[in-house]
Amino acid sequence: MNIIVCVKRVPETADADVVIDKSAKDIERSGLVFDLNEWDNYAIEEAIVLKEKMGGTVTVISMGGEDSNESLRKCLAMGADDAVRLTDPAFAGSDGFATAKALAEAVRKIPYDVIFAGVQAEDDGFGQVGVSMAEILGIPHVSLVNSLEVEGKKMKVHRELEGGLEEVVEVDLPAVLTIQTGINQPRYVSIMGIRKVAKKEIKAFGASDLNLMPDEVGVSGSYIQLEKIFLPPVGEGAQMLEGKPEEVASKVFDILKDKGGLT
Amino acid sequence: MKKIIALAEHRQGELRDITWEILSKGRQLAEGMGAEVEVALLGKGVKKLAEALKPKANRVLLVEDDRLEAFNSETYQKVLTQLITERKPSLTLIGHTAMGMDIAPALAVQLKMPIATDCIGVDVVGESFALTRQLYGGKVNAAVSFLKSGPYIITLRTGGFPVVEKDLPGEIVSIPSPLTDEGLVKRFLQYVEAAVGEVDITQANVLVSVGRGIKEAENIPLVKELADMLGGALSCSRPVVDKKWLPKDRQVGTSGKTVKPKVYIAIGISGAFQHVAGMKGAGTVIAINKDPKAPIFSVANYGIVADLFKFVPVLKEKVKELKKS
Repeated sequence: MNIIVCVKRVPETADADVVIDKSAKDIERSGLVFDLNEWDNYAIEEAIVLKEKMGGTVTVISMGGEDSNESLRKCLAMGADDAVRLTDPAFAGSDGFATAKALAEAVRKIPYDVIFAGVQAEDDGFGQVGVSMAEILGIPHVSLVNSLEVEGKKMKVHRELEGGLEEVVEVDLPAVLTIQTGINQPRYVSIMGIRKVAKKEIKAFGASDLNLMPDEVGVSGSYIQLEKIFLPPVGEGAQMLEGKPEEVASKVFDILKDKGGLT
Repeated sequence: MKKIIALAEHRQGELRDITWEILSKGRQLAEGMGAEVEVALLGKGVKKLAEALKPKANRVLLVEDDRLEAFNSETYQKVLTQLITERKPSLTLIGHTAMGMDIAPALAVQLKMPIATDCIGVDVVGESFALTRQLYGGKVNAAVSFLKSGPYIITLRTGGFPVVEKDLPGEIVSIPSPLTDEGLVKRFLQYVEAAVGEVDITQANVLVSVGRGIKEAENIPLVKELADMLGGALSCSRPVVDKKWLPKDRQVGTSGKTVKPKVYIAIGISGAFQHVAGMKGAGTVIAINKDPKAPIFSVANYGIVADLFKFVPVLKEKVKELKKS
């Protein structure tokens, strides 16, 4: 089974102090740690597990600057066979649709049975790229996949719905599956593991290699554009409890007592 | 006359809340555009749902077919493509839900329509729309505009738009289904209900809930003990379940459970909207987080900026001491 996985390198912001930069179009990137998008980490793991079981190859594709090689190498260290980076100044400002177009053109150059992508990216959170790419390629898709099984030329997959409900869907291959977090337990990659793949070639494709015209990619090929970013309005907000930890703990105890939090 | 089409979402015989949310937003936008609101309802034996929708839109576009019994993006896409091509709405609104995420991006590609996903704000600007989205898991908001002319497809975040009661002189219009017996590449097989766990967190009066900030599985007992001391139950946010530190039945949020305890203590939970959607009905919310900008503090009643590993032990000592007295 030949598998393509689309991945993205993103800043880790869950625990970080996020500051808006002077352009008001981006956050201050210095001081942030970058890593493979969390959803993609599960997607690459799922691909490697499948390869280990059934044979075949895993190719990872990412759109981004040279920094993205770091995430691609992480995927290689996890067990991917090949890595491709889509890079071109013309790609700057691509929205979910323009990104899907470039990925789809890259995919056409590689033999595959199934394509995995993360459900969404931690940074822009479109939740759109995998499903758009499937439609561009003219193949079926299943989104929000949290388990899968290969059955010959088909796959039987579970989709995560709301409230703990799942649906089971059968899909003909080739197809695009967008992978949900929690589907597996991604393997740990050691520094030694990454060193071993440090010299492996990462192919780079630009817009012309993908037969894309300049007006099909980047801002000109996009449907939406970011105007500015700002901190979300806080609303009423919480009453902050301050003081020495013991004093704050006493206040919490009083609140618990008052609000029915002690039973 | 200009039109907005909103896609009704239903599952297992019931309309989902998102339907009323996108209809409310649709009506508001329609007023600003001088447009009519139509709601597309696709299903099998869903006349009752059509009746419920009727007073809330100018028109219910009812497409009934045995092949539409359960949601399948492939059949939905065929029906919606035809519906949108024929009725030419200026805007199609879809929920950014498990269903919407499976259909909207593909529909936009097929119809060659500009799409913006997971919007939390939409305003009419001339013939286009100004959008608000969130980046970095809700830490930053973004003002976004369309670069191309419409018609447009916009998906709206669940719980992002209030339900506003307003009646319209609705009518139900039956539209023949374009589906045939031609084979599908994607087939719905069945639903799988969530497994029942040992503790039902929806019944607890007190929930002590733990998030990514707990860092390791080994640290879970720290908060479990606090839950026990308070006679409450232990729950968690999604990352804790993804990492298999707690079972799925403990998860609070969109893809987990909706809880309404008297007191909800959120420890090391940043407050992503998917989590907040599951706990905003709690009586009193106390949040402990080391990041003063964590979104959880905008939904909590009381906030404590602290390292949970330092503060929770102090809190436990205090509870032990004061419970005795």
